Amino acid sequence: MSELFDVRRWKPAPLLPRKDPRDGALVFVVAVLCFLACLTAIGALAADRAARGWTSQLTGSATVVVRASGGETPDTAAGRAAEALAGVKGVTEARALEKERAEALLEPWLGREALLDDLPIPRLVTVDLDPKAPATAVTLDRALKAAGIDATVDDHSLWIGDIERGAGIARWAALGVYLLIAAATAAVIGFATRAAMAAHRETIEVLHLSGAQAKFVVSLFQTRFARAAALAGLFGAGGAATIGALARLAGGGKGLTPVLPVAWLDLLAVLPTPLLAALVAAIAARIAARGLIGEMA
Amino acid sequence: MRYGRAPEVLKDINFALAAGSFHFLTGASGAGKSSLLKLIYLAERPSRGVIELFGRDVEAVHPADRPFLRRRIGVVFQEFRLLEHLSAFDNVALPLRIAGARPDSYRADVAELLAWVGLKDRMHALPPTLSGGEKQRLAIARAVVNRPDILLADEPTGNVDDAHAIRILKLFVELNRLGTTVLIASHDEDLVARSGQPVLHLDKGRLRTFGRGVGERLG
Repeated sequence: MSELFDVRRWKPAPLLPRKDPRDGALVFVVAVLCFLACLTAIGALAADRAARGWTSQLTGSATVVVRASGGETPDTAAGRAAEALAGVKGVTEARALEKERAEALLEPWLGREALLDDLPIPRLVTVDLDPKAPATAVTLDRALKAAGIDATVDDHSLWIGDIERGAGIARWAALGVYLLIAAATAAVIGFATRAAMAAHRETIEVLHLSGAQAKFVVSLFQTRFARAAALAGLFGAGGAATIGALARLAGGGKGLTPVLPVAWLDLLAVLPTPLLAALVAAIAARIAARGLIGEMA
Repeated sequence: MRYGRAPEVLKDINFALAAGSFHFLTGASGAGKSSLLKLIYLAERPSRGVIELFGRDVEAVHPADRPFLRRRIGVVFQEFRLLEHLSAFDNVALPLRIAGARPDSYRADVAELLAWVGLKDRMHALPPTLSGGEKQRLAIARAVVNRPDILLADEPTGNVDDAHAIRILKLFVELNRLGTTVLIASHDEDLVARSGQPVLHLDKGRLRTFGRGVGERLG
């Protein structure tokens, strides 16, 4: 027996060489694609959360514009409106906005020096709605009319619709980008499989002539590229999770990223990436390998 | 048989090898010896005609079943075709591994066979570090390790000295005694004469002469 070789300890070596100079480039490219896919997923989740937050704020409140009529002062009319609305079922609180605050809202358009006293500035009443059973705009309008108050109820439905549409578009765009990246990954793996099979053509032919079934040869390449993609997915997911964590630490919902409030939970979205990358790679390598073996046969 | 649109390399070949027979395939370089072997070990397809292996028309065999036919054929390639990233031991174990055998069931057999072909101390070696003769013996060990029903060898003694050539020939004879059909392509006239085995002689793509024991089926 060879001094350098212990037959009892022998284990079958991998039929494809363990190291291939092309593997590094492949892992890098797939890792970058996985990184982008993970950032897209984190961004989509954060955007969705932001949209849901805005929608919830808007659906939880209504704004009433009160116009004074008869001899009533605007402040008295606003106070009466707040009182009338506070008693409506589905309203938790109704507050008349002070004159100063109403003027402050107009200041960006009219400036500080405007003669606001001479203008018929409408008063606003903000209404907080019961989140479980909120009062509808119709109910509020009916209550105001019953109290003889000339007012317009804005339940923010116009804004909510816009936000929901925007959030929907963001979700579909993210899904589209995600699928596009998956397709790009599959294409890269497909090319890499064909290149690897061309490089190992001699090995494949020997296996083939030694009685290897097509599925045996295909599984070699499938396993190899699934492993490489899983590793790349790990790098990509790790990189994206780091960026997400930095964004969260730098302010999260309040500081650096008020538009995209990243939550710690969002970072979990990167977890399936190595598995998904391996799956896409395995399928792509399988298709490419089967095709090439068919051509060789 | 022809390659692409080139002239036919084998013409009107018609013969049968009885199970358990031993033949040499001779002929000048370019006579078609390797092409004939390739047809038999299913690396090429005939442009016309029929090839039967183990009683089955190979063209009628479903592609999914062809690997199982190939496993019954041991081949010693002229250019060895060893897997250079695998050790000598792994190369020899390859056909058994492909057939799905468990390592424990063939570990000792592979080691014994390697020792028999004189590579006891080279089990760990990678093919690029082996000499031509060592590679040839390794290729032979790989071809016979799973005790094939038919053994095809293309110039198996081309790179070894006389002593090793005789040793290899003895191995083939031993396998033949155990029931393996053997067909050896060789231009080593001394070896062929010394063996006393029947000869198939190819001349410009035609089977010209037949030795004893060859079932002739001329059409």
